[in-house]
Amino acid sequence: MAWVWLHRFGSPPYFYRVARRLVPWFAWPALLLCLGGLIGGLVFAPPDFRQGEGFRIIYVHAPAAWLSLMTYVVMALSAAVGLIWRMNVAHAVAASCPKIGASFTAVALATGMLWGRPMWGTFWVWDPRLTSELLLLFLYLSYIALRSAFDDVARADRASAVLAIVGVIDVPIIHYSVIWWNSLHQAPSVLRFGAPTIAPSMLYPLLMMLVGFTCFFAAVMLTRARAELLRRERTAQWIVEALDADQGGPSRGGGRTEQSAASAW
Amino acid sequence: MTTARNPALPASAATRSLSAAAWALVQRDLRIALRRSGDTLQPVGFFVVVTTLFPLGLDPQVSLLRDIAPAALWVGALLASLLALDLLFREDAQDGTLEQLALCGVPFTGLMIAKTAVHWMLTGLPLVLVAPLLAGTLGAPAGALPAILLALLLGTVSLSFIGAIGAGLTMGVKRSGSLLALVVLPLAVPVLIFGARATEQAIAGESSSAALYLLGAMAVLTATLSPWAVGAAVRIGLE
Repeated sequence: MAWVWLHRFGSPPYFYRVARRLVPWFAWPALLLCLGGLIGGLVFAPPDFRQGEGFRIIYVHAPAAWLSLMTYVVMALSAAVGLIWRMNVAHAVAASCPKIGASFTAVALATGMLWGRPMWGTFWVWDPRLTSELLLLFLYLSYIALRSAFDDVARADRASAVLAIVGVIDVPIIHYSVIWWNSLHQAPSVLRFGAPTIAPSMLYPLLMMLVGFTCFFAAVMLTRARAELLRRERTAQWIVEALDADQGGPSRGGGRTEQSAASAW
Repeated sequence: MTTARNPALPASAATRSLSAAAWALVQRDLRIALRRSGDTLQPVGFFVVVTTLFPLGLDPQVSLLRDIAPAALWVGALLASLLALDLLFREDAQDGTLEQLALCGVPFTGLMIAKTAVHWMLTGLPLVLVAPLLAGTLGAPAGALPAILLALLLGTVSLSFIGAIGAGLTMGVKRSGSLLALVVLPLAVPVLIFGARATEQAIAGESSSAALYLLGAMAVLTATLSPWAVGAAVRIGLE
């Protein structure tokens, strides 16, 4: 009953079509929200009481870090769905996440290092938050390595699904590391119980950036998933009709111009 | 491997058959390992050599050695357990025993617990037995030994169970070499961190109970949850 929509998404041609229509609905809001968030954060937000103008890197650092966690959870969840219900589409979604996630993690670590140098006096410190975030990067890299080590796609899917599920324990460790341990990194100001401890004029651009990054992730992930599905199902019959539709053929799409970003080749 | 079913037996025969199968597996693995004691002792030898390299590579003043002792001991233990993981599944996968175990109708997770437990007895426990010698060469005071040994005992349990996941996942891969290390090491880092912390506190004479409790928690967590992952990984590798 309620699971009908889930199983509909399990059909590769359905997912391929729906993802193509969804991508612009994520891509444009991503662009606008990120622009708005950056303008709000870089221009309109007041300088911080203690850090001055330097705090503004939060508008890239915090959303990248949140997205690195969110991507891993999406990857682990879709891997679990693929493992349990044996859905090719779910495995394709899981396969499209790790490079995006690794990039977000690398951006979070790099911007964090750039922020730490003026504020903490050091680029790096082996405190729980930074160490577990670095571990997350290693987990993404080992996931990619494991996936590429198998020649058979189905075995690669299932083995890396087990790895993704085992590694998901790092995500709550990263989030709670600043609460459980005496960490140099600051405690959560937004994702916490109770009101955020950050000023509203600084908070709203940050939330805009967060939603913008999430939409960006969704757009990129859906595009990669479509490409992944094409690669996996390249011998299937529905591919021909789907590619006709992509090129704005008479069967579907009704003359809409095709954005090159949404094309799967 | 299943015991003969007597209809007169109570319904717990199924559980009895798992423990019987697990015990048979334990005996088999121990017997094979003791016959090939050279292979089994290699990780221990590696542990001794690697941990001894540190004082040889540095100016062997006791104070400096004490500083690096936790790191040397634990990195050596981690690398030795990584090396030992080859013994876990490779041979059994090649001669078909693992397939028979998967097919015999006994809960596979239980058999994985048995296999990993034996593997720990053969590769983790010897590290703990050799550790007093190495801790002495690294300048650790005698009073620190109980905590160091307890930390290694709990840590090697975690390392065996975490490593078993990696061994199961890379079982079906041809040139697995460093892939095993890449998969296992990120998961093993918390054990390394708390183990080294416990050792460092013990050498400094402070109470290491917090780190030891966490190591114990990790040992229990990995021992209970990883057999599922190991079983799933091995089944995938057997296809």
